[in-house]
Amino acid sequence: MIEIDGLCVRFGGLEAVKSVSFSVVRGESFGLVGESGSGKSTVLRALSGLNLNWTGRMSVDGQVLAPRRSKDFHRRVQMVFQDPYGSLHPRQTVDRLLSEPLQVHGMDNIERRIMRGLNEVALPATVRFRYPHQLSGGQRQRVAIARALMAEPQVLLLDEPTSALDVSVQAEVLNLLMDLQQAHGLTYILVSHNLAVVAHLCDRIGVMQAGELVELLSADDLRGGRTHHPHTASLRELSIELEEPETSL
Amino acid sequence: MLVEIRNLRIQFPTATGLSEAVRNVSLTLGQEKLGIVGESGSGKSLTARSILRLLPPNAIVTADKLTFDNIDVMRADEIALRRVRGARAGLILQDPKFSLNPVMTAGAQIAEAWRAHRGGGRKLAEQAAIDLLAQVQIRDPKHVARAYPHELSGGMGQRVMIAMMLAPDPELLIADEPTSALDATVQAEILRLIEDLVSRRGMGLILISHDLPLVSHFCDRVAVMYAGRVVEELAAEELLRARHPYTRGLLECLPTLSHRQKRLAVMQRDPSWLES
Repeated sequence: MIEIDGLCVRFGGLEAVKSVSFSVVRGESFGLVGESGSGKSTVLRALSGLNLNWTGRMSVDGQVLAPRRSKDFHRRVQMVFQDPYGSLHPRQTVDRLLSEPLQVHGMDNIERRIMRGLNEVALPATVRFRYPHQLSGGQRQRVAIARALMAEPQVLLLDEPTSALDVSVQAEVLNLLMDLQQAHGLTYILVSHNLAVVAHLCDRIGVMQAGELVELLSADDLRGGRTHHPHTASLRELSIELEEPETSL
Repeated sequence: MLVEIRNLRIQFPTATGLSEAVRNVSLTLGQEKLGIVGESGSGKSLTARSILRLLPPNAIVTADKLTFDNIDVMRADEIALRRVRGARAGLILQDPKFSLNPVMTAGAQIAEAWRAHRGGGRKLAEQAAIDLLAQVQIRDPKHVARAYPHELSGGMGQRVMIAMMLAPDPELLIADEPTSALDATVQAEILRLIEDLVSRRGMGLILISHDLPLVSHFCDRVAVMYAGRVVEELAAEELLRARHPYTRGLLECLPTLSHRQKRLAVMQRDPSWLES
């Protein structure tokens, strides 16, 4: 579904992404982990068309991507951002937020699609005419997911979709993402610094460090500690150490 | 005894009457590390901030007792509070991007805090700022002192903020989600740094977070808040034996690396948690 080959992104003198290659098959969840500044979000932004300044070869569903994308590409590939407080227009109601992608892509049955979209992310119909500031953080992220799904995409790019949320809300959103993937056969690329979140949602994981993809491994290998690169091992060790509650010895 | 809170209530007037943000919270804190854990809106930040009386002006606060080292915070005047705020109890906020002054260098901000509380000349304060930056384990303190906040990474910014709070040599440090904006590696570094500084200087610490396992690593005691109440208070090492269903729920809904889960447990909220 998605092929990335030798992707490089430069910001002035800084090589933010250094020749990254991986591929994702249809209906798969692929995870990218790494520390802040390792380039994982930059890969996602180049793929989604938010950053035009890249070299290498990328293709989605067999179509090779140019820096400028077609309207159809933007319908098929949608992105969900980290901070639902920042990614929803504060002066647009949920109804307006959800109907805009439909109007842009000239889709019919707007009324029915909005109601179905809200229903799908388990939001009550009453939120339809509310503004983002009237919703909780979890509800806002559900709206952001609903908006991404409005145009019936094939690929969802998720940039830290749960790191601004409480752990209890994070569990609900992760379950929702799993259900939606099964229902629509979506392909996910999930970027996060939380290894446990990525391993939960994704089958295969790429580990990034300083702009390079240093290791590709399966979630089971990560759980079992079958890592090859020392950076993967250290990320895993820290994650396990901090996730277990302190126990008396 | 450093801090004593008995029956703290914080209410806010709304269009439909009073909304109760904190209900009958009682806590005591000595020279120890206390974690306050709960979801957004559980009242954990308000509880901690009430110790410095740093609450929104429309908050209605009542308490049987609210003291910091025998100073009655409820009745103290602004002059008395100024000798507590910053000087004896420092507050570290979540995001250094918003809490540091963007048009002042890191060194100047720390020096300003130093002079405000300790007096002394500009040269002396500048030297003190560089010392403090070295204490928060910044490798090149002279260079960082000259940098503006936008030139620093998130972890570095948070270190600058901690250095600033340490300047007046406080007895209590309140850290309100100090690492939520940082990635896992930096998060662990900053929390270890705070723990180390607190133990070495013999300070009290209140660490506010929504990450229960994380807090248990760095605190002696954990108070779990739900809807404005402390529903459970326990020693950090007893966390796995937590009894309250809310505490258990917070632990169970976390994804884990140690084994594979089909679905994550979702918190089933019981209305009876609001009683008692």
